Amino acid sequence: MLSLGSVGAKSTKPSFVSYVTPEEIKLEKEPPKKLKHPDLLPGEVEFCSANPILKYTQDDLSQRGVFGTLFCTNFRITFISDEKSQEETTKTFKNKLYGENDIPLMFVDHIYGVYDEKRKLITGALVKNKYPSKIIIHCKDLRVFQFCLTYTKEEDAKKIFQGIAHHCLEEKSLKCVFAFSYTGTPSPEMQRKRETILFDSPEDWTQEMKRTKANCRLVTENENFELSQRLPKYFVIPSALGDLFSYQGKGFPIWCWSHYSGCALFKASLPPVTQEDGDFQKHFDIMINAVAHNYLYSAKTEDLSESLPTIQDIQQSYNKFKQFFLIENSTDFWLSDMKWFSSLESSGWLDIIRQCLQKAVEVVECLEKDNTNVLITEEEGTDLCCVISSLVQIMLDPYYRTLMGFQSLVQKEWVAGCHAFLDRCNHLHQKDKECYSPVFLLFLECVWQLVQQHSPAFQFSETYLTVLSDSVHMPVFSTFLFNSAHHRESVLKHQRQLSLPSTAFKTPFKKGFFKDETDSLKKMLRVKRLSRWMGSPDSTAAISREFYESWQQRPLDYHGLLLPCLDGPAVRVWMQRYLRWIPEVHILGGGSVAVMTKLMELLSQVQDLKRVLEQRDSSQAAKPDHRPYIQHRLLSFGSSGRLPSSFPFAYSRNRSFKPIIPTGLMQCLMLTDSLASQEDEASSFVSLV
Amino acid sequence: MSLVEVEEANPVMASAPIAPYNSSPLGNSSSPNASRESLKMEPLADVAMLPGEERVIDKDIIYICPFNAAVKGKVFITNYRLYFKNTDSEMPVTLDVPLGVISRVEKMGGASSRGENSYGLEITCKQLFAFLSQEKYEENGWNVYEAMEEYRRQGVPNSEWRVTFINKNYELCDTYPTILVVPYKATDEDLKRVATFRSRCRIPVLSWFHKENHAVIMRCSQPLVGMSGKRNKDDERYLDLIREANGTTKLTIYDARPNVNAVANKATGGGYEGDDAYQNAELVFLDIHNIHVMRESLKKLKDIVYPNVEESHWLSSLESTHWLEHIKLVLSGAIQVADKVSSGSSVVVHCSDGWDRTAQLTSLAMLMLDSYYRTLRGFQVLLEKEWIGFGHKFASRIGHGDKNHADQDRSPIFVQFIDCVWQMTKQFPTAFEFNERLLVVILDHLYSCRFGTFLYNCESARESNNVRAKTVSLWSSVNSDTSLYINPFYTPESSRVLYPVASMRHLELWVTYYIRWNPRIQHQQQSPVEQRYKELLVLRDQYLKKLEELQLSDSAPSSTHLTNSSTPNAATPNQRITHLQTPF
Repeated sequence: MLSLGSVGAKSTKPSFVSYVTPEEIKLEKEPPKKLKHPDLLPGEVEFCSANPILKYTQDDLSQRGVFGTLFCTNFRITFISDEKSQEETTKTFKNKLYGENDIPLMFVDHIYGVYDEKRKLITGALVKNKYPSKIIIHCKDLRVFQFCLTYTKEEDAKKIFQGIAHHCLEEKSLKCVFAFSYTGTPSPEMQRKRETILFDSPEDWTQEMKRTKANCRLVTENENFELSQRLPKYFVIPSALGDLFSYQGKGFPIWCWSHYSGCALFKASLPPVTQEDGDFQKHFDIMINAVAHNYLYSAKTEDLSESLPTIQDIQQSYNKFKQFFLIENSTDFWLSDMKWFSSLESSGWLDIIRQCLQKAVEVVECLEKDNTNVLITEEEGTDLCCVISSLVQIMLDPYYRTLMGFQSLVQKEWVAGCHAFLDRCNHLHQKDKECYSPVFLLFLECVWQLVQQHSPAFQFSETYLTVLSDSVHMPVFSTFLFNSAHHRESVLKHQRQLSLPSTAFKTPFKKGFFKDETDSLKKMLRVKRLSRWMGSPDSTAAISREFYESWQQRPLDYHGLLLPCLDGPAVRVWMQRYLRWIPEVHILGGGSVAVMTKLMELLSQVQDLKRVLEQRDSSQAAKPDHRPYIQHRLLSFGSSGRLPSSFPFAYSRNRSFKPIIPTGLMQCLMLTDSLASQEDEASSFVSLV
Repeated sequence: MSLVEVEEANPVMASAPIAPYNSSPLGNSSSPNASRESLKMEPLADVAMLPGEERVIDKDIIYICPFNAAVKGKVFITNYRLYFKNTDSEMPVTLDVPLGVISRVEKMGGASSRGENSYGLEITCKQLFAFLSQEKYEENGWNVYEAMEEYRRQGVPNSEWRVTFINKNYELCDTYPTILVVPYKATDEDLKRVATFRSRCRIPVLSWFHKENHAVIMRCSQPLVGMSGKRNKDDERYLDLIREANGTTKLTIYDARPNVNAVANKATGGGYEGDDAYQNAELVFLDIHNIHVMRESLKKLKDIVYPNVEESHWLSSLESTHWLEHIKLVLSGAIQVADKVSSGSSVVVHCSDGWDRTAQLTSLAMLMLDSYYRTLRGFQVLLEKEWIGFGHKFASRIGHGDKNHADQDRSPIFVQFIDCVWQMTKQFPTAFEFNERLLVVILDHLYSCRFGTFLYNCESARESNNVRAKTVSLWSSVNSDTSLYINPFYTPESSRVLYPVASMRHLELWVTYYIRWNPRIQHQQQSPVEQRYKELLVLRDQYLKKLEELQLSDSAPSSTHLTNSSTPNAATPNQRITHLQTPF
């Protein structure tokens, strides 16, 4: 995409409000001679640039690098090498979203400055004074860039540093996001492929209900967000629910999916109780009743904010986890290699993934085995509810394991379902960290676990998931930019009067008091009403273990129910996403890529043969010459024989056939054990000497 | 009725060739076990037996399954195995354990007749089944490896290296093979003098020769330097001859041990090559720990996977066993050896005696350097040469037929090596002709005593016990049905050096070996990708055949030149396509 040449991008009138002063833009119009410029996207504008900047190569310790120019635009930070364009040299693959040296502004996670050998995290306050000799940029897709500013003019260095820091770190308004300046039109090819159901029309929901044979009620009363701005435009509720407007301000049980037996999964936001307790209980009873009425008057509910980690826990865990992959040099890499497993464990990230999958399996069991309606609740109803409901649907419904089905699911549960992407991804670098949490990434992680355990059940690959996880921060798309359907509409309708998202949407402060109250309420309810509640964590784990084992003993049907194995060794690190930029772990000519290449090779051979046979069938007499075609295909695969395991993401350049030899080995295994100092054959040895 | 528990201890039980619990309700169709299919069993009463197998005991017992509740059934003990089958029909549970893999029998409960069973086990263990087996195979696996043939394949002897028969009666070194390759300029008298300075007379001899740059891998034991720092002019000169052979400026000596251990070895007469004595050599310590450390490490690993797999603290538990760290050290040592040799410098590798860590390092380095060893045949040659031929003490390390399970000589060094090979096959899924199943089968029969391949400590002992004549080689069985062990993704690449990444990020626990008997771990016969690939291969062959037929009918009816291309060989698709193109 970025390789598309842009025509007159700079001359078009920018449709956004810029932070840069007119002087800066003017300067930009008279660039130093011979300076190479990036190919700008339609609507992309350069802010500032500096040359020469040294970009360190990550491949080795020697602090070598390439000289070039660093640019900052309204879309990205980009580096263009002075050397002959490395782009074109033997590249067999490239990233369509962004180039090797492109850092879209929204990708920037942290910037560090090196001042007199000391590394400091850059925040607003540091920008004003000195500029560092070196800047280190940590990206959300886990790339690490290091630029040395000391070779360029002081003035330029200062400007580029301040520009980058300003555009990447300062809190900004939504209208400054590049998506609003981007004037590119989707290619006809992209427009054609609109099979993904967006769930932005009543028809989409009706169709989905029909597909799953649901017996629920479509709500169109919120078309103008009169019921609630936090609810989707259209949604589906149990048909037993009465007048909607009488429940205003309280949660609705929103239909997610219906099992073929008739029971269904619902989700609801369970706002902290501000009303009288009795009132809350009454409303809760109505919800449960309505849900239970859906099928055979049975229902189970699960409060996810109680049984799963909070979004703050998730964020903290991920923050720890990602540090293990933001590797700046070889020494760090090998040092961290020693305690790799325990480091991973201490972050708790894999355990959170396991917990989410476990919870989803429990819900699946209710639907599949007990045919009970399930209502999952959460304060907001748009975070872990989305994770669990999406996972349940993927496990139960093979349609969601197709590419279009999966994208439709993301639209249904996440985009139309009002997951607060803007806040959770912190696209605007707001200082308020309370609401920032990689919930959607957590979902993709869980899906990845399923994909790696049962890859033939999915139409898409792990590479698709990796690219999707990057796309969240890709500001040419607006899919993951907004907090809710209402937010999306109001922003897109009134682009001129943009405002920051209303504070009303922020996560309410959690109060222990309310939690306790609801707890006791539920205990009462359990006794009074419900057939069966989900038991304590211990017993459910044992029960679902049984459920898993009985499933596992049946022959595996990729078009049927799919459950993950959650044993210790089965939950793994998403290697492709997390290790793709680390040259130390690239296996040249190895990894799963090698097998996939072989498979593709054979597939194309089979297809060619099939074509040849068909041709012969159709034109026996003509005898077309198909030889060149086959040879061409074989050749194109012959050259791809040694792809790095990081394909299709990173290149391992300048890596000849030298192996990477681990350093600091001894430190990891200082055994003080007496065994270590023992002789191999102590007893018999002495006699020989 | 008696209560028997087969305690699955040590590496031994983790490697029982048959999953003790068959989780599939469809019987053995989805059994993960590879070796069972390779058995050609004769149905005999309830149990299929091998030729030469005899029933000793059968009894009704209750098997206390570690994963499920107790199961009622019948146990049979033969001179080869313990076999259990349940009598309740609801869920088939079978247990099929060669006696050789049973490391320990523990008594439990108060049932009176248990002693009888354990007594029976002890007796049979001493009678190695390999000597009683009457299995017949088309090929004689004992002929897989011929030392002279293998050296010739490498390009030896030549003007720099000669073959010596000085050890033909095992007089120079009783744990070495008869045929040895040494520097051309070293006389047999030199060798004898060098032998006095090397532990157990294991002098530096050639393991592998680099055809292009003539660099070599030499293996030996430690020099007998001792506390006083003894020197030996002959040894020093001998090492210099090795260096000179291809003009290496500095010979690199890889001492597999940690530095401190090498120093400590001086106290017992051993040691390492000092700077002063060996001026044209550099010494590198590879920090690999000894057999006792490895044994304890695998024991710890067993504790975290048996009977239940640690769940919540899996990763830190795994780390605390250090098993993968040891694997990392062995692999990175071998990478250094291979890298040095491929850059043109000759190397000498030793540890203390040169039969444990040394064998690991040389054979792994050879696997990286020489694609021949990555073929099904070549791998057998590698094992025969570097492990069996050069005297890895299989009998002592595994303890075949020995009841002293706490023996300090036991250690899973060979298991560790196979694990390293497995790690390499994982990282390079297209570089090896053989598949994971071969590795599992090798380890199964390392313990099973069904074949003579891994019996005894060295060649001289095998010769005096007439192993070749009296037992069947594992390779007879393997090579009689190679299709079981072929990796369909194999792409031969002759000139490529394979460097695995020795980082914890890539090393993983070999779940399908160490935890394969756990019913919760998914037993996939083959990966779905492999299955798809095989389907496509079949489809391609069908199309090719069809095309051939069409072409045959096109050309003169008498032409038969295409018939030879229809052999069902999966390994060389490109060749076949081009071959097919010629008549177009």
